[in-house]
Amino acid sequence: MGKVFSHSKSLRNISTHYCAGCGHGIAHRLIAEVVDELNIREQVIAVAPVGCAVIAYDYWDFDCSEAAHGRALAVATAIKRVRPQNIVFTYQGDGDLAAIGTNETIHAANRGENLTVIFINNAVYGMTGGQMAPTTLLGQKTATTPQGRKPEEGYPLKISEMLALLAGVKYIERTALSSPQEVMKTKKAIRQAFQNQIDHVGFSLVEILSPCPTYWAMPPRQALDWINNVMAKEFPLGRIK
Amino acid sequence: MKRILMTGNEAMAEGAIQAGCRFYAGYPITPQNEIPAYMAGHMPQAGGVFIQAESELAAINMVFGAAACGARAMTSSSSPGISLKQEGISYMAGAELPAVIVDVMRGGPGLGNIWPAQSDYFQATRSGGHGDYHCIVLAPSFVQEAYDFMPAAFDLADKYRNPVIILGDGMLGQTMEPLHVTTSPRHHVTRQNKKWALTGCKGRTPNIVKSFYMKEGDLEKVNLLLQKKYKTIKIREQRYEGLFLDDAKVIIVAYGTMARICRAAVERLREKAKKVGLIRPISLWPFPENAFRLVNSRARRRVKFLVAEMSYGQMLEDVRLTLDGQAEVGFLGRSGGGIPSEEEIISKIKKL
Repeated sequence: MGKVFSHSKSLRNISTHYCAGCGHGIAHRLIAEVVDELNIREQVIAVAPVGCAVIAYDYWDFDCSEAAHGRALAVATAIKRVRPQNIVFTYQGDGDLAAIGTNETIHAANRGENLTVIFINNAVYGMTGGQMAPTTLLGQKTATTPQGRKPEEGYPLKISEMLALLAGVKYIERTALSSPQEVMKTKKAIRQAFQNQIDHVGFSLVEILSPCPTYWAMPPRQALDWINNVMAKEFPLGRIK
Repeated sequence: MKRILMTGNEAMAEGAIQAGCRFYAGYPITPQNEIPAYMAGHMPQAGGVFIQAESELAAINMVFGAAACGARAMTSSSSPGISLKQEGISYMAGAELPAVIVDVMRGGPGLGNIWPAQSDYFQATRSGGHGDYHCIVLAPSFVQEAYDFMPAAFDLADKYRNPVIILGDGMLGQTMEPLHVTTSPRHHVTRQNKKWALTGCKGRTPNIVKSFYMKEGDLEKVNLLLQKKYKTIKIREQRYEGLFLDDAKVIIVAYGTMARICRAAVERLREKAKKVGLIRPISLWPFPENAFRLVNSRARRRVKFLVAEMSYGQMLEDVRLTLDGQAEVGFLGRSGGGIPSEEEIISKIKKL
């Protein structure tokens, strides 16, 4: 029988540091598969965030830069402008992209930089111990909202909907890692966001609702249900722009 | 070679382009606005990239990105803006990325004012951001130097894979003087030598640009390598100008705009046969200790020093550390818009 499946070339064959049930591993792999399928591994330059995925460059097998917390899209802007022939993407969490880096995010989008953004929304700061994120739901308990997030602590920030208002933004889709079906839709959206860059379409972002069982204090299976039943009500899935 | 009239700010911008700088990102702040304006006008013609960034933070991190893929990259700002850039400069020092940062200093602290000052000497010469690192710091004194130092700055940045700061002030930036410029590009981007740069991993293993080392012991090893590099720079890259050091009984120590005024004072005193000299540090880090050793070897104990600054005793510390109590050191400093005049310097010297 012939070989029907093999490990992605763009992913090193090592274990990750992520918690059980975390979505980062799946998202990394989807990106690696898309990069392989589009045959762009040798052109890719990734920008890793500060957050749980800070050492994403240890897992991917292509060129990668670190960026200071929140500054990934400033770093990526310059990389793409200096080397337009390369395929440049950022991988950022909710704190990185929608709190400390909001300014860089909005302005890179508004300039219509021809970049691909993979935005992992897990409604919490994971690396630092489960604090409130800009996307934390109302009532959600975190290390810094022990009674659950109240409106005076801010509403869940819908950065994708905000970015969709900007003329420079060409593609935004929100997906989830909550079931095999949603994972396949996520891969399709990631592929679209990379294809857009190859086709010089412009700023493309995929927001991925991703489970964090550790800081949601749930078993992994329940975390997937929580995405479908609770989180996706606040952050509706589908094409935003 | 042709002769043109330019401000110090424009001279630095043109010097950078001549040095092969092909990426500039900046944010408006007085008194350095002529630099981004010049870059906006001339960088596209040179085939480079100009970006007006949304913030000082974005600008310095764009420089990080451009440097990471091997381009000669630069930003410029003035004191409050340079404070905002410190995070990015620390990351570049940690990731060993070469870049040039021009700081056209103004009065502080806080929003201060837009008048010339030298009160960010500590910020530039000590690690201005977090962590044990140093930027190489060069201080031009007049417009021709503002132009001439740019290729040297980019060369030093590339040679040591380290950020280089050009430390000027509002006076240098705004002064217009005749300038000799080269008509053929002196330097070219040497991207092919930067094997560490991010270019896509075609035909090689992937490159990673980072300053993050979590495994026990790794960061300490990296820091020791950085310290080794800084030691080499301290030995090899001290730069200064000495004036009348052979017979001077009083030596003024001043840099940048302050040195220009001190030079005029020294020349006036020499006309009256007063034995006054000048040490003008050109590299502020590494501090030119060699200039003082030279004087020391010729009976430093009888020589008095006067440190003059447009700040309140910052470079004074480096002079005292260098002399280590072996000579008397006087001080004259004003800041916040006030600049010590020739007369003030001369009267201070008479009182020493």
